Amino acid sequence: MPNPVISIQDVYKSFEIGEKPTLWQRMIGRKDTRRTLEVLKGVDLDVSPGEVVAVIGSSGSGKSTLLRCINKLEVIDSGRILVNDHLVGYRERNGALAPESARETARKRTDIGMVFQHFNLFMNKTAVENVMAPLLDVKKLSKATARSLAEPALALVGLQDRMANYPSRLSGGQKQRVAIARAMAMEPSVLLFDEPTSALDPELVGEVLAVIKKIALTGTTMMIVTHEMQFAREIADRIVVMDGGLIVEQGAPESVFGNPRHSKTRALLRRSGLLATPETEALSVVDDDIEDET
Amino acid sequence: MEFIQNVLGVFPSLIRAIPVVAQLAIGAMALALSLGLLVALARLSQNWILRTIATVFVEILRGTPLLVQLVYIYFVLPVIGIQLDPISAGIIGLGLNYAAYLSEVYRTSILAVDSGQTEAALSLGYTPTKALWRIVIPQSFKIALGPIGNYFIAMVKDTALTSVIAVSEILKTANTVNAQTFQTVEIYTAAALLYLALSLPLSRLVIVLERKARARA
Repeated sequence: MPNPVISIQDVYKSFEIGEKPTLWQRMIGRKDTRRTLEVLKGVDLDVSPGEVVAVIGSSGSGKSTLLRCINKLEVIDSGRILVNDHLVGYRERNGALAPESARETARKRTDIGMVFQHFNLFMNKTAVENVMAPLLDVKKLSKATARSLAEPALALVGLQDRMANYPSRLSGGQKQRVAIARAMAMEPSVLLFDEPTSALDPELVGEVLAVIKKIALTGTTMMIVTHEMQFAREIADRIVVMDGGLIVEQGAPESVFGNPRHSKTRALLRRSGLLATPETEALSVVDDDIEDET
Repeated sequence: MEFIQNVLGVFPSLIRAIPVVAQLAIGAMALALSLGLLVALARLSQNWILRTIATVFVEILRGTPLLVQLVYIYFVLPVIGIQLDPISAGIIGLGLNYAAYLSEVYRTSILAVDSGQTEAALSLGYTPTKALWRIVIPQSFKIALGPIGNYFIAMVKDTALTSVIAVSEILKTANTVNAQTFQTVEIYTAAALLYLALSLPLSRLVIVLERKARARA
């Protein structure tokens, strides 16, 4: 068995909610009302080379946070995450994690592609400039080389005739496809998708999912956080169900969708209409609001 | 009619002050634009010493009148051995004062750029510093352009304050001509019109630049 591309080991993560009162506020008697919200409560997960893992779960289950911890967009409290056998953003010192240099973290992140819910295309750059930017700024390639990589990447996502468009002149689906091309052009060993279709109009979801599927077929290792159950079922080698900061169920799509064991999984599938149920509540479709997760 | 002719008649004596105003405004703006950016970055820095120094700088320069600052630079600094010619003192005084205001424009513009831009850059392997310079700051300039233009127009008019430190700009020149000719109404009307003639095209220019910047996105 080859070493996993991503190895998440007993990861805990909490957020502090509210602001620390200033000295002045404390003097006039304001209390410290900060609360700690535990988002990840001991998550273990390995992703093998070439594997496509879809993470599903209701809003607030911690699935987006887990994804963002992998490339250290979020700092973990404890545990460790290895990408290709290396810690990202930390150094191990006497068994404890200490932050490493920003330069070192940046170097490791080039190997981890990420696609965001809100696309995050560079607004002042055209489609092709968006794909070229990290090739020029990070990989230090020549302009000609960067272009020769960016153009096929955009062609792969079907945007060869939109290269000179600024993001404001692209549809949501087109923006997300540029974002995918931008991440792919860096040739990362793993791609992370953070709810790639949640911000899209329903009629644009298909084109983005088709592109992701196409990339999955090339054998790229992927971890996808999504609300698109049907898509997860079609594309993933493994489904991971999260709830309350923990993985509550995982397995092959046919077993998780066909024979869900955990009540949360069943509730999730019922809401997506993927699980027939005798209960009358299933007839009134509960609207599963897809909200931004922090 | 005769009044208008008289006003027009004193214009040529004021026109020679325009290169001085241009020198002051452009020099001070160059100083304010570059120093303002450094101050803004210091205020956004993780380092509390830098942050404190920058905050103190901004509060002092925003909290005291520009007129007092100019007088201080020109008349007080020589006491500790720093002797400046009037134009240099004017450029430094205006430049420092506007740097304080522009630093706030930059700071809020940088904060106004969506944090997703930084996250995307970081995920692609930019260091935080590189993400700031290559991705965030270029976008913040677009947001800052309008306010910067407004401050530049204000600065052109504030060059009048340097008349008190013996810079031969428009107002000082008008004072001199007035002392010789006693055409008080005509000369100061002409001076006011000259300021207007400088600032109106500038405000048009700001609008055009803003429109251009908006089109490119």
